[in-house]
Amino acid sequence: MIQLVWLIPAFPLAAFLIDGLFGRRWLRAWTGWIASAAVGASAIVAIGVFLEVLGGKQQTVVQLYRWIGVGDFQVNVAALIDPLSSTMLLVVTVVSFLIFVYSNGYMAEDRGLWRFFTWMSLFVFAMLILVMADNYLLMFVGWEGVGLCSYLLIGFWFERPEPYYAAKKAFVMNRIGDWGYTIGIITIFLVFGSMNFLDVFKRVEESAPAQSALTLICLALFFGATGKSAQLPLYSWLPDAMEGPTPVSALIHAATMVTSGVYLVARSTPLFAAAGSSLEVVGVVGAITAIFAATIALVQFDIKRVMAYSTVSQLGYMFLALGVGAPVAAIFHLATHAFFKALLFLGSGSVIHGLGGEQDMRRMGALRRKMPVTFWTMLIAGGALAALPPLAGFWSKDEIVGAAFTNGHVLLYAIGIVTAVLTAFYVTRALWMTFYGEPRDRHLYDHAHESPRVMILPLAALALGSVVLGIAIGFPPEQGFIHRFLGPAVEVPGAVEHVPELATILVLALVSVAAGVIGIAVAISVYVRHRPDATAIARAAGPYYRILVNKYYVDELYDHRIVEAARAFAGASWAFDIHIIDGLANRIGWLLSLSGTGARRLQTGIVGNYALTIVAGLLLVLVAYGGYAAGVFGR
Amino acid sequence: MTHILSLLVVIPIAGLIPLWAFRSDERAAKQVAITTTAVELAVSLWMLTQFRVGDPGFQLKEQVGWLPSLGISYFVGVDGISVLLVPMTTLLTFVAVLYSCGGSIKTRIPEYLTAFLLLEIGMVGVFIALDLFLFYVFFELMLIPMYLIIGIWGGPRRIYATLKFVLFTLAGSLIMLVGIVAVYLASADASGTRTLALPELLDIRGRFSGDFQFWVFLAFALAFAIKLPMVPFHTWLPDAHVEAPTAGSVVLAGVLLKAGGYGFLRFALPLFPIGVQAWLPVLILLSVVAILYGAIVSAVQKDLKKLVAYSSVAHMGFVTLGIFILNLQGGVGAVLQMLNHGFVTGALFLFVGIQYEKTHRRMIADLGGLANMWPLYTTFFGVFMLASLGLPGLNGFVGEFLVLLGTFRFPGVPLGGLFWGPLAAIGVILAAVYLLWMFQRVMYGPVRDAYRALPDLSGLELACAVPLLLLTVLLGVFPQPFIAIIEPSVDQVIRLATDPSFMVAVTK
Repeated sequence: MIQLVWLIPAFPLAAFLIDGLFGRRWLRAWTGWIASAAVGASAIVAIGVFLEVLGGKQQTVVQLYRWIGVGDFQVNVAALIDPLSSTMLLVVTVVSFLIFVYSNGYMAEDRGLWRFFTWMSLFVFAMLILVMADNYLLMFVGWEGVGLCSYLLIGFWFERPEPYYAAKKAFVMNRIGDWGYTIGIITIFLVFGSMNFLDVFKRVEESAPAQSALTLICLALFFGATGKSAQLPLYSWLPDAMEGPTPVSALIHAATMVTSGVYLVARSTPLFAAAGSSLEVVGVVGAITAIFAATIALVQFDIKRVMAYSTVSQLGYMFLALGVGAPVAAIFHLATHAFFKALLFLGSGSVIHGLGGEQDMRRMGALRRKMPVTFWTMLIAGGALAALPPLAGFWSKDEIVGAAFTNGHVLLYAIGIVTAVLTAFYVTRALWMTFYGEPRDRHLYDHAHESPRVMILPLAALALGSVVLGIAIGFPPEQGFIHRFLGPAVEVPGAVEHVPELATILVLALVSVAAGVIGIAVAISVYVRHRPDATAIARAAGPYYRILVNKYYVDELYDHRIVEAARAFAGASWAFDIHIIDGLANRIGWLLSLSGTGARRLQTGIVGNYALTIVAGLLLVLVAYGGYAAGVFGR
Repeated sequence: MTHILSLLVVIPIAGLIPLWAFRSDERAAKQVAITTTAVELAVSLWMLTQFRVGDPGFQLKEQVGWLPSLGISYFVGVDGISVLLVPMTTLLTFVAVLYSCGGSIKTRIPEYLTAFLLLEIGMVGVFIALDLFLFYVFFELMLIPMYLIIGIWGGPRRIYATLKFVLFTLAGSLIMLVGIVAVYLASADASGTRTLALPELLDIRGRFSGDFQFWVFLAFALAFAIKLPMVPFHTWLPDAHVEAPTAGSVVLAGVLLKAGGYGFLRFALPLFPIGVQAWLPVLILLSVVAILYGAIVSAVQKDLKKLVAYSSVAHMGFVTLGIFILNLQGGVGAVLQMLNHGFVTGALFLFVGIQYEKTHRRMIADLGGLANMWPLYTTFFGVFMLASLGLPGLNGFVGEFLVLLGTFRFPGVPLGGLFWGPLAAIGVILAAVYLLWMFQRVMYGPVRDAYRALPDLSGLELACAVPLLLLTVLLGVFPQPFIAIIEPSVDQVIRLATDPSFMVAVTK
């Protein structure tokens, strides 16, 4: 089965080609089912591969062909199948399949349906390349490929300005991160003489390279990860990316692409572990991003924006886990988050669909009666996000904060717990504003309807995952299936070995649960009992509230100040080009023409004459210079 | 001994005869020109199959005494560096002629096609000439037809633009001529025999003193730097492109600029290793400046064609950077970048032209919403745009990445690779900025009523674009066969350029 691993990306690639070439004219609505079937087929192969890895094939490299080879720089198109990549393959294909099925309902009335599925298929292909690659350069193909598809799909409704501005912002910010990625992988090659994962990791152990080089590599790679995974300082594209269709937000901007930075760091664990201080940076940036984005999510009214900031925050948790030396917990949270956050997005999509496109929670309310399945599934996902036991998010998040504590990062642990309170608050707030209370917009409420079955079934499947995934692979804590499976692949032997005592685990778990409960209780108190009332808090908090509503003015800084400064600089450069460089050239020409005023009659304006003059002049110059040079260089 | 290369020179000449005979019949003239360039393309592909991959030296050589008393010969041959540039030239010429025959040129069509066939002789000749004098002749032969193409069939400011183009280039090539004469005179051996044949010059290059190399390299470098163009000799390029007819732009960007980069690799580097070392800091600096400066200036262009022209300056910066870091990855990357730039920027100019033919607008602000009506156009233009910004998986990435990798390795003065590499890599970010911004303003947004009825790509336009698209994907996904052709010869050139005492084992 592992030898067939290239089939996994081949199916979506085929769907991309078929839908792209024949979709607009002939296939139309069929494009969705073709793409869904292709991704479903990929999922089946991925399950087979996963089972075979589970059966004991720890590490297999499947070569395809030599891609680029110049001198000592040799890179293949080859897949590395190990527990980490096979887990990712499984998560990506299964979640993609569910979202594809859902999209058949969600996008049914869109004129650009074929375009949507063409790009979605390309996205899945690129994501799979990213996950399967056995070297940093091929991973970069997937890395940029998903960025491209993200660009295309954010700007899917390109007739309006907001989507395509958001799309460009996303791509450019990703590119800024990719600058770091490029520097990182080239430095890897310079230090280790290879870009191949296995070669590099083997040589880290053998050769003990200079700390400065390792730190440079890791920080550069992590800078790339902050772009793709929306961490500080390159996070601000992700909330804007919500301009894309909701299934795109669910798949690309929650479940898969944005986690690729986490995957990159987890994959590079041997490097990061050898460069000690860079892991600190990862953990601190992750923690700050987690709490930073969670505070913004507190005050958003657009349901998708709440989820977007929540995603940024949860990705922060994953980097926090990586930073405190718990890569398994990071991947665990990546997997559970893929399910419950995809579900939250698809549920939001179902609400938006049912309300004819409305995204503002201030115009929703009481929708649980109209959309029971959406409500119940989102409630489960919300519980998982708030980390309530026994839902999936509890197990993974608990491991992250637990690892922060047991590995001695008390401050990061405290940030993690505070963020957990905030998380529980904003998700409760969002669910309450959407599904409870009185309908705040009578007209919208009257026309609200539950979504068709093709959208409901994927919700149910994801809800099932959000319930059982955590306990299935994460119990007992720190020793669950995922640790036994992934541990040998991503953990550096000896780095984090000791498993905390049961009592510690229990106390930490209780603190986590308490954090979630407090957040929910406060939210219920504020929004259900109005004690204190939300608007009163906002008024009392005054300037702090305004800072949050304006998202710390970061967009103001990035999109206006920096962009304007850059534009002014570019304008000045062009003026320099015209007036100084070209001006000088023209001035020289003018001087020459002054000396030629006597010969003005030669300027007949007939181009043929000019050509003749040139040829004649050429010959003349040839002879003249020949004689001159003979004098200079001749013997 | 085969005569394939001479055939490549002769075919366009042969095409001129029926073209002259049919000078009053436009339809027949078009057929003659298309057939000629198609045959030329086919023969160049045949030549490619005759090429032995892995041999670094010159192949398919032909040498006939031309002016034996002066030691000047008709001497042609190809190696891994040039053997791919020749089919690139013939393909782009074919595409340019084919597109021109679709109605974009309305006056003096037989004369126009004559100019293109003449141009093709010069372009192919430049890449196969192994005698410095012959190279010079072909180098100048490219100039005159392009001068006429811009000056007669160009836009409103064509005379200004074409004179600027000619004066810049001519100034450079005349200085090179001085250099060639100097080389010629210095090549005399004990018996007084002189030569301009490259393999023989390589044998005796040890005789060129340091001072001599310093000045003669400068003479060659100025010619090539203007042709590429390198900053600060680039200002002729935007003007020439804006005024040139579409097919002229395609060939100008696609092929003519490559003559500069090729000249460095073929002549300036191997002949004057000491001169190269002397000028290296300046050349590296100018290359990185070109990458960043070209990209920054591109970002604020209002004219679509000017934007692509300035982006060429940035892309050619990668070519020169790859050449002057003097290592294998850089050199191979530079040659790949030349090929890729030929296909991609040629295609971008083609598509800007196609768009202009339909809307008669080239100002970015006047455009918008085209994606909605032209799905095919948008797809093609989009892919070329992405290749131009160096998306991995498409061809632009492979060359740029190899150049960057080589730059990081660059050990020497000034400052070293860890300074220049990350700096040049910023150019890749900037490319995304200006290209995506352009693309969104031109293609996205609401449809404008004035453009609503305009048709998508025609069959002819599609025929022009498809081969370029296929190559763009092929060179990105399977670059290795091409690298295998290029690598041995680049390796040899790098050795010659870095080690003044290195001798090529077999020259004859």
